[in-house]
Amino acid sequence: MIGQNVPRTDGLAKVVGTARYIDDVPPLEGELWGVTVRSPVARGVLTKIELDPSFDWSDVTVATADDLEDPKLNPGGVNLVALIEEDQPVLAKRELRHMYEPIVLLACADRDKAERARAAVKLHIDPLPPVLSIDDALAKKHVVWGKDNVLKRYRIRRGDVDAALKDCDLVLTGTYRTHHQEQMYIEPQGVIARWFQGADGAEQLKVLGSLQCPYYVHKALKKAFALKDDHAHVEQTVTGGGFGGKEEYPSLVALHASLLSKKSGKPVRMIYGRKEDIEATTKRHPSQCTVTIGCKKDGTFVAVKVDCAMDGGAYVTLTPVVLSRGALHACGAYKFQHNAVDAVAVATSTPPNGAFRGFGAPQTIWAIERHVDAVARALGRDPEDLRRQNLFEEGDVTATGQVLSVSVGGRPCLEAATRAADWKARRANIERFNERLAREGKRVRRGLGISTFMHGGGFTGSGERRLKGKVAVDLEPGGRLRVRSASTDIGQGTETVFRQIAASASGVRIEDIAVEVPCTTNVPDSGPTVASRTVMVVGSIVAKAAAEIAERVREESKPGESFAEAGDRLLRRVGGTVSSLQQYEPPVTVAFDEETYTGDAYPCFSWMCDVAEVEVDLDTFETRVVKWWSATDVGRAIHPVLCAGQVEGGTLQAIGWALHEDLVWRPDGSIANARMTNYIVPTAVDAPPFETILVEVPFPHGPGGAKGVGELPMDGGAPAIASAIEHALAELKLPTDRALLPDLPLLPERVFERVMKETA
Amino acid sequence: MLELDVNGKKVNVDASPLARLLDVLRGPLGLTGTKEGCGEGECGSCTVLVDGVPMNACLVLVGQVEGKSVLTVEGLAVDGALPEHLNHLQRTFIDHGGAQCGICTPGMLVSAEALLRNVPKPSDDQIREAIAGNICRCTGYQRIVDAIRHAAELRGRDQ
Ligand code: FES
Ligand code: FES
Repeated sequence: MIGQNVPRTDGLAKVVGTARYIDDVPPLEGELWGVTVRSPVARGVLTKIELDPSFDWSDVTVATADDLEDPKLNPGGVNLVALIEEDQPVLAKRELRHMYEPIVLLACADRDKAERARAAVKLHIDPLPPVLSIDDALAKKHVVWGKDNVLKRYRIRRGDVDAALKDCDLVLTGTYRTHHQEQMYIEPQGVIARWFQGADGAEQLKVLGSLQCPYYVHKALKKAFALKDDHAHVEQTVTGGGFGGKEEYPSLVALHASLLSKKSGKPVRMIYGRKEDIEATTKRHPSQCTVTIGCKKDGTFVAVKVDCAMDGGAYVTLTPVVLSRGALHACGAYKFQHNAVDAVAVATSTPPNGAFRGFGAPQTIWAIERHVDAVARALGRDPEDLRRQNLFEEGDVTATGQVLSVSVGGRPCLEAATRAADWKARRANIERFNERLAREGKRVRRGLGISTFMHGGGFTGSGERRLKGKVAVDLEPGGRLRVRSASTDIGQGTETVFRQIAASASGVRIEDIAVEVPCTTNVPDSGPTVASRTVMVVGSIVAKAAAEIAERVREESKPGESFAEAGDRLLRRVGGTVSSLQQYEPPVTVAFDEETYTGDAYPCFSWMCDVAEVEVDLDTFETRVVKWWSATDVGRAIHPVLCAGQVEGGTLQAIGWALHEDLVWRPDGSIANARMTNYIVPTAVDAPPFETILVEVPFPHGPGGAKGVGELPMDGGAPAIASAIEHALAELKLPTDRALLPDLPLLPERVFERVMKETA
Repeated sequence: MLELDVNGKKVNVDASPLARLLDVLRGPLGLTGTKEGCGEGECGSCTVLVDGVPMNACLVLVGQVEGKSVLTVEGLAVDGALPEHLNHLQRTFIDHGGAQCGICTPGMLVSAEALLRNVPKPSDDQIREAIAGNICRCTGYQRIVDAIRHAAELRGRDQ
């Protein structure tokens, strides 16, 4: 079963149109439509909320922060979103910390009226000056957080970088920046919330929604509404994309709809419009990194130093974890003897930045990969060749002192991708072709670029050990199995690969294996659907539980009896449920020390090499991606078609981040292009043909040898494109001691500006 | 009362002619296969065929389609929603990984259907052009292009 392209479980419902996403759920009896009134300033003090007396409010439910703190309506509850820190209110009360911060909620049976009612709420606000950039936050232009705007810091040290740099033949420093990115899942955020009286007479809450992590929402609801574990029920509906954007944010939507439902006593549906979704929800953290690499004349890397800053936005949310992953990936996939990383996240007055595929790694990998290209140029070396020389191999040691002892696939990926692209010959051909184009007076040039990178699978450090993810597999009549976990299918194909994993671990036919809809009432907490952990970590628990059940049935079985017969007898004999609940047992590794940031940061890494061919117009500086080759070490591809789909989809998001996507912030902290018309994501015409190679260097603790793949392809696409553009522009006499293109996005006008500046 | 021709059936609905076709399909007609991703004609997830031409149902008023035939994703399968009733596009989308989260899939399938009706053997570039109005954030499009190409081959074989 493992390694086979079985038809995806949800495929049929998705192609005939019966898959039921949140807004496809038929209206519930008495249902109201919920909307949110948001802050029109990036920073300020709310002094009064006024409802226009000329508007008919008789059938409109209005909820504010006061309702959450009202002991009659919400006894024991609080106005807080439970996550890492409890700093973010469900609704702002007085202090307004970012544009679009939710303040008032409205619900009405008449959807149009609910929308109109928004305009009839008047907010009295004393505005304050916002902080809108990392530089301003670091310079404490205004203090919007703590004493110094600092949300979190990390420090990684190995060897003695400063001393080592003194002995290097070449020491090069460069600064690199990245911008916001919107997840742009095609299905906007949405939930339906409803309170009901449980069998015990107590009020219980049910939330249905488009979400990645049912237990995150569960935790948030329990906290804000002071609910017992089994009085909050969170169920995922078919989810139209997440990419991290439905990791933490759905908690907020669920809290809002639940508050409106509590106050009105009616079910409340809340579905964001596209504009609201782009404006108010989380985005990728902007970053700036200064990288210094010291190496020998022959190109051997010796020491690396990275200073990295990220913009966390107005609240802590997941920023410490994003920053941590960024810091842990900041030295790239290369051997150094000495490493130093200093990472800081600052608060600003924009909506909180949050989870987005890659989770901090694409930012620091952009910087290190760009800088490796700069070093290659300074040494007069081919960028592929310099990477080959310095790439991690088995036995090498990372910045945290982790010895890479298993499943180190960097080199096989580099070999496979450059072989497929025929790197050397193609580079040479392109250079000759460009000369011809120049002679003929043509105004386009081609270029070939590369990136090599790795991504740690699962939670950082001892995260998995602490989390103790659980999965249950039940025996059902007829020798069938049912897998219960909280891991959601948001398009990646979780349902399908879990069935494959359970089938191969138990020997039961895949047709006889079902996956339970993730609802906190029915599934154990296998942990959130994040961090490329679903197949590698949760999949291995699925395998364990399925194998254990099958073992019990086989022990029961009499000679000549089928699995189904033995299973049915076992069910009859125990007179109830036969189920195996298993917990994750992380592989034995060197413990990660959260204080010193030393030890094994991840159980293993997945590896990838991208090769991009681009065409650049010398007049408009527009870049077209012509062709893409990649090789990805996923340990083992459980379902090669789905796996390659992850690689290609993630890569296109990286291409979009590099070439098309750009959020435009106005000086007041609002977004000027919060629409799909002007926030441009790649279409089928913008996307290159992908040649995708899956490399398999098995990880012994993953199911069948599998590692994580979800985030990795987002990490290296942008630097491969920048590398290719610089190759295409080689004739322009570029500087040899720095990157031509240090900053994202690579929009035509930005590339033009850089070329003008650097060739003036 | 409006009389519409949807997926080959005549239906009467009580709706204002000024209502969006998308809302009438998803609401009174219960055809929730057609999705809303943006409401402004950009994402293509609401694509339906009106007299064989792909249109964004979020921008079309239902009054404009009176007397015309409307095809939604629910009308693609030959006879129902069983695997054996799927049309070639639906089948190849499953086999080649053309659907991940699936929210773009109904619109994508309908755009592809229009293409194959007009261009039985499209090149990859023609396929990409035909679905350029349908945004997919999951797949990177390669597998969608592969699926449509294979469906074209299967159709060619049928004829
Ligand atoms: S909903 Fe119609 S084009 Fe997006
Ligand atoms: S499959 Fe998710 S948007 Fe296309």
